[in-house]
Amino acid sequence: MAKNDIMLDLHDIHKSFFIGTPNEFEVLHGVNFSVHEGEFVSIVGQSGSGKSTLMNIIGALDRPTSGEYTLDGVDIEKAKDHELSILRNKKIGFVFQTYNLIARTNAIKNVELPMMYAGVPRGERTERAKLLLEQVGMTHRMMHNPDELSGGQKQRVAIARAMANDPAIILADEPTGALDSATGRLIMDIFHKLHEEQGKTIVLITHSPELSQETERIITLRDGDIKGESVGNWAKIKEELAC
Amino acid sequence: MLFTENILVALAGLKANIMRSLLTMLGIIIGIASVIAIMTVGNSITLIVNSTMQELGANNLEMGVSQKSQDSGESENGMNFGTGYVRDMTDDDLITKDMLKSFKEKYPDDVKYMLISESVGQGGQVSRGSKNANVKITGYNADYVKFSDLDMVAGRQFLNQDYEMGKKVCMVSDKLVERVFKGDSDAALGQMIEVKTGGDYYDYYIVGVYEYVANQFSFGASDNPTTDVYIPLETARIANHTQNKGYSYLTLVTSINTDNDTFANTVRDYFNVNYYSRNDAYEVMVISMASMMDSMNTMISMIQLALSVIAGISLVVGGIGVMNIMLVSITERTKEIGTRKALGATNSSIRLQFITESVVICIIGGIIGIIFGILLGTFAVKLMGYEAAVSIQSIIIAVAFSMAIGVFFGYYPANKAAKLNPIDALRYE
Repeated sequence: MAKNDIMLDLHDIHKSFFIGTPNEFEVLHGVNFSVHEGEFVSIVGQSGSGKSTLMNIIGALDRPTSGEYTLDGVDIEKAKDHELSILRNKKIGFVFQTYNLIARTNAIKNVELPMMYAGVPRGERTERAKLLLEQVGMTHRMMHNPDELSGGQKQRVAIARAMANDPAIILADEPTGALDSATGRLIMDIFHKLHEEQGKTIVLITHSPELSQETERIITLRDGDIKGESVGNWAKIKEELAC
Repeated sequence: MLFTENILVALAGLKANIMRSLLTMLGIIIGIASVIAIMTVGNSITLIVNSTMQELGANNLEMGVSQKSQDSGESENGMNFGTGYVRDMTDDDLITKDMLKSFKEKYPDDVKYMLISESVGQGGQVSRGSKNANVKITGYNADYVKFSDLDMVAGRQFLNQDYEMGKKVCMVSDKLVERVFKGDSDAALGQMIEVKTGGDYYDYYIVGVYEYVANQFSFGASDNPTTDVYIPLETARIANHTQNKGYSYLTLVTSINTDNDTFANTVRDYFNVNYYSRNDAYEVMVISMASMMDSMNTMISMIQLALSVIAGISLVVGGIGVMNIMLVSITERTKEIGTRKALGATNSSIRLQFITESVVICIIGGIIGIIFGILLGTFAVKLMGYEAAVSIQSIIIAVAFSMAIGVFFGYYPANKAAKLNPIDALRYE
């Protein structure tokens, strides 16, 4: 596969935390993997497997202790703090388990936020925010504040917000974790739609093997090491759901 | 662009917590309001004092007999309590008519008028039947009456013989005529009025009626204002039994071309060299109105400044209140800060957001404070019976100052927010 196809490349990533000198606690012991453009990948692991730490590194919220990480051609470990901010803004779309919408700020303003930090002019970003909210079926609620929205609606707004700057990858951390199964299904369908119709690269982080079966490729993490990769089962699940 | 967004976010935050925002602002409101009120009162008083002094004549020299300043050799600190006994003033220490006469002859071009007045009793009343009017009897010399430039409604002013012989004649105001003579000035002429002041009664014949002009010191428009009953100076001195004495105090009105500061020295030297060189305890002192006005203004602004500084302390306390609330707000919104950082907010944009918020709190507080301060200051000045003069300068300073407080006390919390680790902030519950 051609090198420019690779969106995300982690090579020998180590991460340790100081828990009071001289003790050092290594959470990731040399993780290697890459994600290609347009792939839908899941990282599965129990709690304590290091998947949160790995997500923080992928999301450029944290730096690895050692190793190389390239995101859409940019070397993360060499970037300065404000460059990481720009990187998060332009290349990564976060979807959190707890939605993390800004309180007292309506849906459309929430979606505009990443564009505001990117310096997109007001008219343009409102236009795009409306379009994105339409794609997740939230046009009718776009003037509502988060406390007036249901969990599923909040997560849809959050997905629209993640798409705001047309990022290289969407990084979803347990996006259905706080939702009932019907609403969770709806959210997963949106991810599938983004993947299939717009060719988005999506990295889904979950503890649920069942959910990971919906993705193309499953990376299993255990105790800070990758324990295996397998292929997902989306086509079959989709058929069953259709019945 | 971020700027307007930040202001909107800050306003939304304030609206969501109205009670808390108001309490936070209270410190700023009280601080700014007291500074503005003090500035307004001080400003008004300065204006009133200046215009009154201008009215009295900035060209005037006040001259009087006062204690000789102690020889510098006797005390090192300029004060002399131990040997500071000075004998009481006697008639020999006063300025005599002859002194004034030769003085005026020496400087005919500089001295326009020599104003001397003497009042008889305290304020009193003129009664006629059931009607009465408040008055104050004051004797004026011819120069003073000329200088006063009265508008006569009826009758005449005093004649030379009135002054010289101390005749029992008077000029009264049209206000008095209105109250006591039903407004008929001509009928009042030639009438005798009896003025009661303290326990004494004084009788004068009305020779003239002048038009009363309310001055700045009168409290509002009373329908029974205290007006002057003008009598010749000599008449007053006879009533007070001072007719054979000299004067302890008078006002010199100088010509426009005279430099008052130099002339004050000339006058002092003239009297002290010619008449007081052998006096053991007293001498003549001369103060120019202009320099008095200067020192008065300096004094008022010093007091104003001192009070403003005290009021300013409450501003600092208010600022600390703002800082405290900003710290609370940032702790509450840790997760929001983490989210913003994850979405690409740089440290400086987070810092800007929170500084904007604290500045918005302070400016809104400042504006409310300015409004309260103006109301309070105006009310206080009105209570004293004067027109309030709000200084625009103080308003501009107040706005700028509250902004500065916002930045100063907002910086530390904002910087703390900016430096939050995004992972910890995101995980914060």
